[in-house]
Amino acid sequence: MQWETVIGLEIHAQLATKTKIFSGASTAYGAEPNTQACAVDLGFPGVLPVLNQEVVRMAVKFGMAIDAHIAPYSVFARKNYFYPDLPKGYQISQMDDPIVGIGHMDIEVDGQSKRVGVTRAHLEEDAGKSLHEDFHGLTGIDLNRAGTPLLEIVSEPDMRSAKEAVAYMRKVHELVQYLDICDGNMQEGSFRCDANVSVRPIGQEEYGTRTELKNINSFKFVEKAINIEVERQIEIIESGGRIIQETRLYDSDKNETRSMRSKEEANDYRYFPDPDLLPVYISDELRAAVKADLPELPQLKRARFIADYKLDLETASILSSSKELANYFESLVKESDCDAKICSNWVNGDLSGALNKQGLAISQSPVTYQRLAGLLKRINDNTISGKIAKQVFEAMWSSEDTADAIIEAQGLKQITDSGAIEMIIDKIIADNPGQVEQYLSGKDKVFGFFVGQTMKASQGKANPGEVNKILQGKLKR
Amino acid sequence: MSLTAADVNKIAYLARLGIDTQDTESYTKDLSGMLELVAQMSTVNTDNVAPMAHPLDQSQRLRPDQVSESNQREDFQRIAPQVEDNLYLVPKVIE
Amino acid sequence: MHTKTIAQLAQGLHTGDFSSVELTQAYLQRIQQYQSLNSFISITGAQALAAAEQADLAIAQGKAGPLTGVPIAHKDIFCTQGIKTSCGSKMLDNFIAPYNATVVEKFTAAGLVSLGKLNMDEFAMGSSNETSFYGNVQNPWAENTVPGGSSGGSAVAVAARLIPGATGTDTGGSIRQPAALCGITGLKPTYGRVSRYGMIAYASSLDQGGPMTQTAEDAALMLQVMAGFDPKDSTSVEHEVPDYNADLNNSLQGLKIGLPKEFFDAALNSDMATTIEAAINEYKKMGASVVEVSMPNLKLAIPAYYVIAPAECSANLSRMDGVRFGHRCSNPADLNDLYIRSRAEGFGTEVKRRILVGTYALSEGYYDAYYIKAQKIRRLISDDFNKALQEVDVIMGPVTPTPAFGIGEKTNDPIEMYLADIYTIAINLAGLPAMSIPAGFINKKPVGLQIIGNYFAEAKLLNVAHQYQQVTDWHQQTPHGFE
Repeated sequence: MQWETVIGLEIHAQLATKTKIFSGASTAYGAEPNTQACAVDLGFPGVLPVLNQEVVRMAVKFGMAIDAHIAPYSVFARKNYFYPDLPKGYQISQMDDPIVGIGHMDIEVDGQSKRVGVTRAHLEEDAGKSLHEDFHGLTGIDLNRAGTPLLEIVSEPDMRSAKEAVAYMRKVHELVQYLDICDGNMQEGSFRCDANVSVRPIGQEEYGTRTELKNINSFKFVEKAINIEVERQIEIIESGGRIIQETRLYDSDKNETRSMRSKEEANDYRYFPDPDLLPVYISDELRAAVKADLPELPQLKRARFIADYKLDLETASILSSSKELANYFESLVKESDCDAKICSNWVNGDLSGALNKQGLAISQSPVTYQRLAGLLKRINDNTISGKIAKQVFEAMWSSEDTADAIIEAQGLKQITDSGAIEMIIDKIIADNPGQVEQYLSGKDKVFGFFVGQTMKASQGKANPGEVNKILQGKLKR
Repeated sequence: MSLTAADVNKIAYLARLGIDTQDTESYTKDLSGMLELVAQMSTVNTDNVAPMAHPLDQSQRLRPDQVSESNQREDFQRIAPQVEDNLYLVPKVIE
Repeated sequence: MHTKTIAQLAQGLHTGDFSSVELTQAYLQRIQQYQSLNSFISITGAQALAAAEQADLAIAQGKAGPLTGVPIAHKDIFCTQGIKTSCGSKMLDNFIAPYNATVVEKFTAAGLVSLGKLNMDEFAMGSSNETSFYGNVQNPWAENTVPGGSSGGSAVAVAARLIPGATGTDTGGSIRQPAALCGITGLKPTYGRVSRYGMIAYASSLDQGGPMTQTAEDAALMLQVMAGFDPKDSTSVEHEVPDYNADLNNSLQGLKIGLPKEFFDAALNSDMATTIEAAINEYKKMGASVVEVSMPNLKLAIPAYYVIAPAECSANLSRMDGVRFGHRCSNPADLNDLYIRSRAEGFGTEVKRRILVGTYALSEGYYDAYYIKAQKIRRLISDDFNKALQEVDVIMGPVTPTPAFGIGEKTNDPIEMYLADIYTIAINLAGLPAMSIPAGFINKKPVGLQIIGNYFAEAKLLNVAHQYQQVTDWHQQTPHGFE
């Protein structure tokens, strides 16, 4: 029996606003418990919600970035259920009229491009947090998070493998950060993913029964959880069993999924339009303002890097994965007037390596693009070799000095004068007759010895190109 | 429309509202009566009528994204039934 | 002193005839004297006197507003910071509100002195003030008679002259009906005119707070303070607040009054019909003309209301769960037990009925047939009113089918109680403003005339009411023993 996996993802992105969706309390992460839960967030009798304009802007921005239909009017609805982290006994969400309609995201898996449909994206408020600390058998509730704005992004069940699911999730993760609407911090819970997974025999049109895998907060776990769940489902069906529609949690230690609660005895949420809120109108002015504010989207930037800078897909992808990195790269190219490939090598290589080592983001780089440009110019004009440049870079990393200052101070200028190099080479040839004979008798490898000695004698400053040329001339067979 | 005691118990659970068994019958009767009253709505055809959620023909006002609430935890928790370490306490939640 | 209107008291305070402290003391004493009416849940004597002192200071310094120092009281549905706000329920018996309702803030800012919190039907659900956790309120006009509800305490306190004015709320008639049954003046403003922030919600799309007073002139004074846009309430309207006093004395010559034939059908009690007719005649004498209008969907107002209001309230009351405030059961075995028992113990029978019906109407499979259907009928009713108000300036009719009934008379039949809302309920569905003013007596018990206006036409309503009160004196009558 050949099986096909069907996956849909529901992503909750916490919108990076300063205040809650319906109240003026702060959303800053890490505050002392219940210090950022105002009367409205606590659901005291008599309080009322008022909508945050930035939340609307961010949702519209997302919708435009995925080519989605943005409804002129959308409606907030109450989703009714009882849970201690839900103060009002209902969550203000959107049901029939979400702010963002049908859109799509294009993903690449194993070199193949695929379009994943987005069914909708809607706004809702986040709940508080249950802390399962043992308060002598009780649970403690912190309501700071209650009321934080969420954008729930629902995909079509278009993904056919865990890999595709991860690719889609990464794409969305990249996009929301690009748009500056979400910080994408999965450890802090600002980007959460639920996966709806089912299997069906290949060729069958009808979907199989799906299970929902909840709150998986890393790309690695998403892939593992989906794979293990697919295995579980296939095993059950093949041994004559039936899949129960339910919610399951992924246990990363045991690498298995565990039933959380059966969706069959699930709540009847009794959705109805919230009478404390009016329909949200998206004006043409707002649309125009948001559109003007849209950055160049990742996929377009990637395509432009490939076309204009002649970079390969992988390099272009890495450079365009964050706006800041892309900007650094482009500024570097412009400022240094060097080949884009050289610039990309430095950015993705030495620079990123140094940043990663210290856990720094590109925006925190001690070496600005201007300083790095200064270094690349000196390689380009042969003042120093590529190898020496790495040395200079290291020095630049821990100082504020320009490349020129360091080259000067450490006397690192390349020796390009062929006369001077010739003199060094002559001495080495004279001092090593044995190796000369070995080389002349056919041992090609020995050439490296001479290069090495020349570089050593010149403290690495001899221009490698010249060294090669002169040695070749002197060691003619 | 007549409800059974089972219907009433199901609705009561949805609303997390305890009803004494001895009262179930009277609630069932009251609710059935209300639903009968409400059934009069079916006497008029509303196929082409748009539902009216609000008397106001207005759209939602938007508020600027600026912090306007300060920490009032002490005042708010003073009236809470059970608080410890600044957390609201409830019977342990089992997932 | 206690028979003076707000207008007269304000005048007297300004001319120094008496001080706010004197007034406050006098009313507090009177409230004590007539405790048996049970119109108050909380009496805040100390705070009132402190506020009165401040008021007197402001008056002396020439910094007072027009109503500084006038005593009032608030229906116990308005959150008052630091003061118990029970909403007539055991669920909030221990709730000391941590903030002020906007309406309360406005009155405080205008310098009025609040004497306490007034009794009401539990969570504003009721038409007789018989569902309050704090006991029934007595109608001062007759022994063992209901005052109407849910703003029963407010109506009685004003009728018995324990305070010159009170705030009330109206969702299906809860200002107008008790005003009518107690012989006072009540006004339900246009939906969105008065802020709902801090006014504990029953049915969010129907609730409105309004004044309950002896006269239309006083209602205008109170509305002037209450009305206005509130950024904390998304359903609050940015409509300019006019000077409600300015049009009071406009002539009614040429006023077109609409009488819905559905109000005046065979079911209308003949005594009531006579009373209302007499009232209309007064208007004709003042130069108004009368036109019959038709509102064919009016009879569906009660069914629609008893779906919409319970549906909205079933969600609004979900926050009462024993976690952050309010009543909590002892020793809950688990989470469900906490919710189920706290709510069972905290809520009374009528509230439970409406939560259950509301939950049912929203539940899977019934949402379209009940909730959506009711909202469609709401539009039909609203359209009926809009059409009629294109032809006439105001619509008039009875407020209640009969004068006040006996305590306990209808408590066994909730449906019969609901049906008595027939004249008031449709107005809330449409969101229109309406008033009830004293129009006579039946069996020695007061009855009211209802005046319904167009959206934001409160000034016109007050004018129409005020003129009637210039040529009649029903509104000046006090119950025997309370003169």
